[in-house]
Amino acid sequence: MNPLDGNAMAGDLRELFTVDVTAAHYTCAGCGHADAVGALILWGQEMGHVGRCPTCEDVVLRVVTAPDRVFLDLRGSVRLELPRTGS
Amino acid sequence: MGIISRGFGGRRRESVPGLPPGQYLTHDFPVLSAGPTPRIPLDRWSFTVATETGEKKKWNWQEFTALESEDVTVDIHCVTKWSKLGTTWRGVALDTLLADVETAADYTMVHSFGGYTTNVPMEDLLDGKAWIAYKFDGEDLEPEHGGPARMLIPHLYFWKSAKWVNGLTLMNDDEPGFWEAAGYHMYGDPWLEQRYQGD
Repeated sequence: MNPLDGNAMAGDLRELFTVDVTAAHYTCAGCGHADAVGALILWGQEMGHVGRCPTCEDVVLRVVTAPDRVFLDLRGSVRLELPRTGS
Repeated sequence: MGIISRGFGGRRRESVPGLPPGQYLTHDFPVLSAGPTPRIPLDRWSFTVATETGEKKKWNWQEFTALESEDVTVDIHCVTKWSKLGTTWRGVALDTLLADVETAADYTMVHSFGGYTTNVPMEDLLDGKAWIAYKFDGEDLEPEHGGPARMLIPHLYFWKSAKWVNGLTLMNDDEPGFWEAAGYHMYGDPWLEQRYQGD
Protein backbone atom coordinates (compact mmCIF):
# COMPACT_ATOMS: atom_id res chain seq x y z
CA MET A 1 0.00 0.00 0.00
CA ASN A 2 1.14 3.54 -0.69
CA PRO A 3 0.89 6.44 1.75
CA LEU A 4 -0.87 9.75 1.09
CA ASP A 5 0.17 13.17 2.30
CA GLY A 6 -1.15 14.83 5.44
CA ASN A 7 -3.70 16.93 3.54
CA ALA A 8 -5.83 13.78 3.23
CA MET A 9 -6.84 14.06 6.90
CA ALA A 10 -8.12 17.63 6.59
CA GLY A 11 -11.74 16.48 6.85
CA ASP A 12 -11.27 14.47 10.04
CA LEU A 13 -9.22 17.23 11.68
CA ARG A 14 -11.93 19.75 10.84
CA GLU A 15 -14.12 17.93 13.36
CA LEU A 16 -11.60 18.79 16.10
CA PHE A 17 -10.40 22.29 15.28
CA THR A 18 -11.96 25.42 13.90
CA VAL A 19 -8.84 26.20 11.89
CA ASP A 20 -7.31 24.24 9.02
CA VAL A 21 -4.82 22.08 10.92
CA THR A 22 -3.14 20.84 7.74
CA ALA A 23 -1.72 24.37 7.45
CA ALA A 24 -0.42 24.28 11.04
CA HIS A 25 3.25 23.52 11.63
CA TYR A 26 4.38 20.53 13.70
CA THR A 27 7.78 19.92 15.25
CA CYS A 28 8.75 16.23 15.21
CA ALA A 29 9.64 14.81 18.65
CA GLY A 30 12.01 12.35 16.99
CA CYS A 31 14.26 14.59 14.90
CA GLY A 32 13.07 18.16 15.45
CA HIS A 33 12.04 18.61 11.84
CA ALA A 34 9.32 21.23 11.44
CA ASP A 35 6.91 21.49 8.55
CA ALA A 36 3.23 21.83 7.70
CA VAL A 37 0.94 19.03 8.96
CA GLY A 38 -0.17 18.64 5.35
CA ALA A 39 3.37 17.57 4.44
CA LEU A 40 3.35 14.55 6.79
CA ILE A 41 3.48 11.11 5.17
CA LEU A 42 0.14 9.53 5.90
CA TRP A 43 -0.26 5.79 6.54
CA GLY A 44 -2.86 3.48 8.02
CA GLN A 45 -5.93 5.30 6.78
CA GLU A 46 -8.28 2.35 7.35
CA MET A 47 -7.77 2.19 11.13
CA GLY A 48 -6.87 5.83 11.54
CA HIS A 49 -4.45 8.41 10.21
CA VAL A 50 -0.81 7.81 11.08
CA GLY A 51 1.16 10.94 10.17
CA ARG A 52 4.87 10.21 9.89
CA CYS A 53 7.69 12.72 9.67
CA PRO A 54 9.01 12.83 6.08
CA THR A 55 12.55 13.20 7.45
CA CYS A 56 12.87 10.45 10.10
CA GLU A 57 9.62 8.41 9.57
CA ASP A 58 8.72 8.68 13.28
CA VAL A 59 5.01 8.95 14.06
CA VAL A 60 4.15 12.62 14.67
CA LEU A 61 0.39 12.32 15.14
CA ARG A 62 -2.42 9.79 15.01
CA VAL A 63 -6.10 10.46 14.42
CA VAL A 64 -8.60 7.68 15.13
CA THR A 65 -12.24 8.30 14.28
CA ALA A 66 -14.79 6.18 16.15
CA PRO A 67 -18.51 6.46 15.35
CA ASP A 68 -19.07 8.81 18.30
CA ARG A 69 -15.57 10.17 19.08
CA VAL A 70 -12.33 11.33 17.50
CA PHE A 71 -9.01 10.54 19.21
CA LEU A 72 -5.98 12.73 18.51
CA ASP A 73 -2.62 11.45 19.75
CA LEU A 74 0.15 14.04 19.54
CA ARG A 75 2.91 12.38 21.55
CA GLY A 76 5.21 12.37 18.52
CA SER A 77 4.98 16.12 18.20
CA VAL A 78 6.73 18.47 20.60
CA ARG A 79 4.87 21.49 19.24
CA LEU A 80 1.93 22.33 17.04
CA GLU A 81 1.84 25.89 15.74
CA LEU A 82 -1.61 26.98 14.66
CA PRO A 83 -2.41 30.20 12.79
CA ARG A 84 -4.85 32.49 14.62
CA THR A 85 -8.00 33.31 12.76
CA GLY A 86 -7.84 36.76 11.21
CA SER A 87 -4.13 37.26 11.76
CA MET B 1 -32.63 -0.47 -10.74
CA GLY B 2 -35.92 -1.62 -9.29
CA ILE B 3 -37.47 -0.17 -6.20
CA ILE B 4 -37.08 -3.43 -4.35
CA SER B 5 -33.54 -4.75 -4.24
CA ARG B 6 -33.21 -8.25 -2.86
CA GLY B 7 -29.46 -7.84 -2.62
CA PHE B 8 -29.41 -4.92 -0.22
CA GLY B 9 -30.02 -5.87 3.37
CA GLY B 10 -31.75 -9.02 2.32
CA ARG B 11 -29.49 -11.22 4.38
CA ARG B 12 -28.35 -10.37 7.85
CA ARG B 13 -24.59 -10.46 8.18
CA GLU B 14 -24.89 -12.22 11.51
CA SER B 15 -26.49 -15.14 9.72
CA VAL B 16 -23.12 -16.25 8.31
CA PRO B 17 -21.69 -18.83 10.71
CA GLY B 18 -18.36 -17.78 12.17
CA LEU B 19 -18.87 -14.10 11.44
CA PRO B 20 -18.76 -11.79 14.50
CA PRO B 21 -21.26 -8.91 14.73
CA GLY B 22 -20.66 -5.98 12.38
CA GLN B 23 -18.26 -7.93 10.14
CA TYR B 24 -18.50 -8.77 6.43
CA LEU B 25 -16.86 -11.63 4.57
CA THR B 26 -13.96 -11.07 2.23
CA HIS B 27 -12.09 -13.54 0.06
CA ASP B 28 -9.21 -11.12 -0.53
CA PHE B 29 -6.49 -10.46 2.01
CA PRO B 30 -6.54 -6.68 2.51
CA VAL B 31 -3.25 -5.05 3.54
CA LEU B 32 -3.37 -2.47 6.34
CA SER B 33 -0.19 -0.78 7.38
CA ALA B 34 0.69 2.01 9.79
CA GLY B 35 4.04 2.59 8.11
CA PRO B 36 6.45 1.48 5.43
CA THR B 37 6.87 -2.30 4.98
CA PRO B 38 10.19 -3.35 6.52
CA ARG B 39 12.25 -5.82 4.48
CA ILE B 40 14.10 -8.01 6.97
CA PRO B 41 16.83 -10.34 5.67
CA LEU B 42 16.57 -13.71 7.41
CA ASP B 43 20.16 -13.47 8.65
CA ARG B 44 19.21 -10.29 10.52
CA TRP B 45 15.93 -11.62 11.91
CA SER B 46 15.62 -12.51 15.57
CA PHE B 47 12.90 -12.86 18.17
CA THR B 48 13.53 -11.95 21.81
CA VAL B 49 11.40 -12.65 24.86
CA ALA B 50 12.21 -10.28 27.74
CA THR B 51 10.70 -11.14 31.11
CA GLU B 52 9.50 -8.74 33.81
CA THR B 53 12.80 -9.33 35.65
CA GLY B 54 14.93 -8.49 32.61
CA GLU B 55 15.83 -12.06 31.63
CA LYS B 56 16.08 -12.51 27.86
CA LYS B 57 15.74 -15.46 25.54
CA LYS B 58 16.53 -14.99 21.87
CA TRP B 59 16.11 -17.09 18.71
CA ASN B 60 17.63 -16.43 15.31
CA TRP B 61 15.76 -17.54 12.17
CA GLN B 62 17.45 -20.93 12.02
CA GLU B 63 16.73 -21.65 15.68
CA PHE B 64 13.18 -20.36 15.40
CA THR B 65 12.24 -22.46 12.36
CA ALA B 66 13.82 -25.53 13.98
CA LEU B 67 11.23 -25.34 16.77
CA GLU B 68 8.18 -27.57 16.56
CA SER B 69 5.68 -25.92 14.21
CA GLU B 70 1.94 -26.38 13.77
CA ASP B 71 -0.42 -26.04 10.81
CA VAL B 72 -3.53 -24.13 11.85
CA THR B 73 -6.72 -23.16 10.07
CA VAL B 74 -8.42 -20.17 11.66
CA ASP B 75 -10.86 -17.33 10.98
CA ILE B 76 -9.45 -13.80 11.16
CA HIS B 77 -11.36 -10.61 11.92
CA CYS B 78 -10.09 -7.10 11.21
CA VAL B 79 -11.43 -4.16 13.22
CA THR B 80 -12.10 -2.38 9.90
CA LYS B 81 -14.90 -4.96 9.59
CA TRP B 82 -13.60 -7.52 7.12
CA SER B 83 -13.37 -11.16 8.14
CA LYS B 84 -11.67 -13.98 6.31
CA LEU B 85 -12.68 -17.51 7.21
CA GLY B 86 -10.63 -20.69 7.06
CA THR B 87 -7.17 -19.16 6.61
CA THR B 88 -4.26 -21.62 6.79
CA TRP B 89 -0.97 -20.86 8.48
CA ARG B 90 2.14 -22.57 9.79
CA GLY B 91 3.84 -21.24 12.85
CA VAL B 92 5.35 -21.83 16.25
CA ALA B 93 2.91 -21.79 19.17
CA LEU B 94 3.63 -19.25 21.88
CA ASP B 95 3.30 -22.20 24.26
CA THR B 96 6.50 -23.57 22.69
CA LEU B 97 8.38 -20.26 22.83
CA LEU B 98 7.38 -19.55 26.43
CA ALA B 99 7.73 -23.13 27.73
CA ASP B 100 11.10 -22.56 29.41
CA VAL B 101 10.58 -18.91 30.32
CA GLU B 102 10.33 -18.20 34.06
CA THR B 103 7.63 -15.57 34.50
CA ALA B 104 4.68 -14.55 36.61
CA ALA B 105 3.67 -11.72 34.25
CA ASP B 106 0.00 -11.27 33.41
CA TYR B 107 0.51 -9.01 30.39
CA THR B 108 2.72 -8.79 27.32
CA MET B 109 3.74 -6.25 24.72
CA VAL B 110 4.40 -7.52 21.21
CA HIS B 111 7.15 -5.64 19.36
CA SER B 112 7.78 -5.41 15.63
CA PHE B 113 10.48 -4.27 13.25
CA GLY B 114 9.51 -0.68 12.38
CA GLY B 115 8.42 0.13 15.93
CA TYR B 116 4.84 -1.19 16.01
CA THR B 117 3.61 -2.53 19.35
CA THR B 118 0.42 -4.13 20.66
CA ASN B 119 -0.52 -5.34 24.13
CA VAL B 120 -1.96 -8.81 24.77
CA PRO B 121 -2.74 -10.51 28.09
CA MET B 122 -0.48 -13.48 28.77
CA GLU B 123 -3.38 -15.93 29.01
CA ASP B 124 -4.41 -15.02 25.45
CA LEU B 125 -1.04 -16.23 24.14
CA LEU B 126 -1.12 -19.64 25.85
CA ASP B 127 -3.05 -22.92 25.58
CA GLY B 128 -3.00 -23.10 21.79
CA LYS B 129 -4.46 -19.65 21.21
CA ALA B 130 -1.53 -17.86 19.53
CA TRP B 131 1.32 -18.53 17.13
CA ILE B 132 4.17 -16.77 15.42
CA ALA B 133 3.36 -17.64 11.82
CA TYR B 134 5.85 -17.78 8.98
CA LYS B 135 3.81 -19.47 6.26
CA PHE B 136 0.43 -18.50 4.84
CA ASP B 137 -1.50 -20.75 2.48
CA GLY B 138 1.54 -23.02 2.16
CA GLU B 139 3.89 -20.24 1.04
CA ASP B 140 6.49 -18.14 2.86
CA LEU B 141 4.76 -15.17 4.45
CA GLU B 142 5.11 -12.14 2.16
CA PRO B 143 6.46 -8.88 3.65
CA GLU B 144 3.15 -7.11 2.94
CA HIS B 145 1.41 -9.62 5.20
CA GLY B 146 4.04 -9.48 7.93
CA GLY B 147 6.83 -11.73 6.70
CA PRO B 148 9.24 -13.13 7.62
CA ALA B 149 7.02 -13.79 10.65
CA ARG B 150 3.93 -12.31 12.26
CA MET B 151 1.86 -12.87 15.35
CA LEU B 152 -1.35 -14.86 14.84
CA ILE B 153 -3.94 -14.40 17.60
CA PRO B 154 -7.16 -15.19 15.73
CA HIS B 155 -9.57 -14.82 18.65
CA LEU B 156 -8.76 -11.09 18.91
CA TYR B 157 -9.11 -8.35 16.27
CA PHE B 158 -6.31 -8.70 13.76
CA TRP B 159 -4.40 -5.54 14.78
CA LYS B 160 -3.26 -7.67 17.73
CA SER B 161 -1.68 -10.10 15.24
CA ALA B 162 1.31 -7.82 14.74
CA LYS B 163 3.24 -8.06 11.49
CA TRP B 164 7.07 -8.26 11.35
CA VAL B 165 7.39 -9.38 14.98
CA ASN B 166 10.78 -9.31 16.67
CA GLY B 167 10.03 -9.56 20.35
CA LEU B 168 7.74 -9.97 23.31
CA THR B 169 8.07 -8.07 26.59
CA LEU B 170 6.41 -9.67 29.60
CA MET B 171 4.83 -7.14 31.97
CA ASN B 172 3.18 -7.10 35.39
CA ASP B 173 0.80 -4.31 34.37
CA ASP B 174 -1.14 -3.72 31.18
CA GLU B 175 0.09 -0.90 28.92
CA PRO B 176 -1.33 0.33 25.62
CA GLY B 177 0.44 -0.46 22.35
CA PHE B 178 0.49 1.58 19.13
CA TRP B 179 -3.22 1.62 18.26
CA GLU B 180 -4.46 1.18 21.83
CA ALA B 181 -2.71 4.43 22.81
CA ALA B 182 -4.56 6.17 19.99
CA GLY B 183 -8.06 5.12 21.03
CA TYR B 184 -8.46 1.45 20.16
CA HIS B 185 -9.63 -1.08 22.74
CA MET B 186 -7.08 -2.57 25.14
CA TYR B 187 -8.34 -6.14 24.54
CA GLY B 188 -10.16 -6.27 21.19
CA ASP B 189 -12.63 -9.18 21.31
CA PRO B 190 -14.41 -9.26 17.92
CA TRP B 191 -17.39 -11.16 19.34
CA LEU B 192 -17.98 -8.31 21.81
CA GLU B 193 -17.18 -5.63 19.18
CA GLN B 194 -14.45 -4.18 21.39
CA ARG B 195 -13.18 -1.80 18.72
CA TYR B 196 -12.55 1.46 20.62
CA GLN B 197 -11.83 2.40 24.23
CA GLY B 198 -15.01 2.11 26.25
CA ASP B 199 -16.71 -0.36 23.87
